[in-house]
Amino acid sequence: MAKKNLMAITGAEAAAYAMKQIEPDVVAAYPITPQTPIVEYFAKYVADGEVRTEMIPVESEHSAMSAVVGAAAAGARAMTATSAQGLALMSEIVYIASSLRLPIVMGLVNRALSAPINIHCDHSDAMMVRDSGWIQLFCEDAQEVYDLTILAVRLAEHEDVRLPVMVNQDGFIISHGVEPVEVLPDDVVKKFVGELKPIYPLLDTDHPVTYGALDLYDYYFEHKRQQIEAMKHAYKVFPQIAEEFYKISGRKYDYVEPYRMEDAEYVMVALGSSNGTIKDVVDELRGEGKKVGLLKIRMFRPFPKAEIQRYLTARKAVVVLDRAASFGAEAPLYEAVKSALYEVAVRPLMGSFVYGLGGRDLKPEHVEYAFKRAMALDLVADKEEYLGLRE
Amino acid sequence: MPLTMKKLAEIFTNRETGLTQGHRMCPGCVAPMTVKMVLMVAKALGYEPVIGFATGCMEVSSTIFPYTSWSVPYIHNAFENVAATISGVETAYRALKKAGKVPSDKKYAFIAFGGDGGTYDIGLQSLSGALERGHKMLYVLYDNEGYMNTGNQRSGSTPPGADTTTAPVGKAVAGKLQLKKNIVEIVAAHENVYAATVTPGEPMDFINKVEKALQFDGPAFIASLSPCVRYWRIDENKSVDITKLAVQTKYWPLYEVERGVYRVTRKPTSFKPVAEFVKAQGRFRLLLQRPDAEQIISELQNYVDRRWERLLAFEEATKNKPVR
Repeated sequence: MAKKNLMAITGAEAAAYAMKQIEPDVVAAYPITPQTPIVEYFAKYVADGEVRTEMIPVESEHSAMSAVVGAAAAGARAMTATSAQGLALMSEIVYIASSLRLPIVMGLVNRALSAPINIHCDHSDAMMVRDSGWIQLFCEDAQEVYDLTILAVRLAEHEDVRLPVMVNQDGFIISHGVEPVEVLPDDVVKKFVGELKPIYPLLDTDHPVTYGALDLYDYYFEHKRQQIEAMKHAYKVFPQIAEEFYKISGRKYDYVEPYRMEDAEYVMVALGSSNGTIKDVVDELRGEGKKVGLLKIRMFRPFPKAEIQRYLTARKAVVVLDRAASFGAEAPLYEAVKSALYEVAVRPLMGSFVYGLGGRDLKPEHVEYAFKRAMALDLVADKEEYLGLRE
Repeated sequence: MPLTMKKLAEIFTNRETGLTQGHRMCPGCVAPMTVKMVLMVAKALGYEPVIGFATGCMEVSSTIFPYTSWSVPYIHNAFENVAATISGVETAYRALKKAGKVPSDKKYAFIAFGGDGGTYDIGLQSLSGALERGHKMLYVLYDNEGYMNTGNQRSGSTPPGADTTTAPVGKAVAGKLQLKKNIVEIVAAHENVYAATVTPGEPMDFINKVEKALQFDGPAFIASLSPCVRYWRIDENKSVDITKLAVQTKYWPLYEVERGVYRVTRKPTSFKPVAEFVKAQGRFRLLLQRPDAEQIISELQNYVDRRWERLLAFEEATKNKPVR
């Protein structure tokens, strides 16, 4: 393995640096806080001739996604990035990208959706498109942003998958926080991602194809079924690609990351950067002899149900932390985990805590409080509670 | 040698234009004629057309899965984004050409088609962005002056007094009151572009402009008046004739703007009153029954006269003065 190359960079730069090494054919993006630095870094690489990528400085996120759809259908490797309102604006085309089976990779710097307008982190943007047919990966830190952005290209382009991938990083917390990131040599990344093998490219005029046909009740359903199947394939091939990535990086990635789970009786489940905070609290409570653990969810779509069942069956209590609300229903991660545990032999007691909306900090004492409630078996499965909220 | 109708007919007697038979457009519809004429010119000049299509009549009628009427590469993405979509395709081409991944001897033409809804209204931002960025593309508007795919709703292109379902001619209101948006001026204001009006009733003018547009080094825009027989309430065999009448009445002046230089390409020696154009179509029938019909038509006459004078003045003022 090559000598370690550490860079002190933000999550945004980690994403941009991965994109530079991937060197896609086309990047179309529109700036929005907190995604802006990704576009800025990448524009500089283009301006300095460090990449041969053609960049499209579009007039909106709707056009960003529309242009990458056009580019990907043409036969190019295409990428973009956005946040919150940008994702909301492009959401119509987010669905079209996955339904046309275009292997686009998009960085999503998670930010709260308006209104009220807010620029800070929560997962309401990602949850808005959880059923859009995109593979969704969530990162804990800048290292994961770098690694999963590279890995995402292979996952998206796998011939059994051909689906777009969204690599989520928490706005400001990851995107603007400087961390040491171990980067791979350019040639290693280039070799890992390889060349895109276009399927039905528009530019192959000798074999003309029609994209985006009118598809009514006699075929639409069958096409949706194929999309459902493609997501299952994504679940299947992820470990192979992760294994290959391990070979070049020494870093292992699974659907989920268990932390001090061996004999844990009380387990917390979460997405994104909060997992770092939770790990600290787990260490602290373990120091006091408490049997606590963490199950970090890295892949949210496809949802790793079997892994969750395997890790959470027969635990005494499970607390799920959500950084998004689902108005009028249970919070999205909680709902999914709870549903997965319907089928396990021994169901744990469960509790739902929503936290951090609009960038509200999740403090260690909040995590500790939730663990204490679990350890006291003081949880009600049907009651949503809030951490760090003034009532 | 410039292309002629005869030459096009010769070339395409036993050859596909790119839009094959079997599409479900109405008989007499001018949209497929517009599309075919553009494709024929492109192919006759040796281009490989790659098509983007906005949601609309032509899109839904030509690609009903599992069939397609397109024998050239085609992408439909959504209603409002055909310009952005084709800009992505064109950019992909430049990137892949640089990387040596597309044959360098192939001459591509990236052509976007949209109706007036997808161009004047919901797709205007996407069009403006693509024009400003300077993609080498041809955007063709087939203007039938309303949302005809969904059954005759008002658009920014609908003329005053026309009866539509969302601005009906009623007892109190004379249908649409506002003027048709001047889309060519909006496009021309992007400065470094080629913009022109055409209509199939003037085929030679149409062919020349498409040729110019394809060869223009930058974004080109062609607006084709393309009547809808169904909602203009005209006979199937009158749809092309009426486009000639539109030119003769100054309703649809034929001109082009090339990097700021105006050129009026058809200057009839005598004009017919715009009332003739109005009276030839059933969509104005209810207007004509109103007591204020004459006033509305006279306002329209005044508008087309002023616009014609303005065009001639622009032509004079911009002669040999390209912006770039």
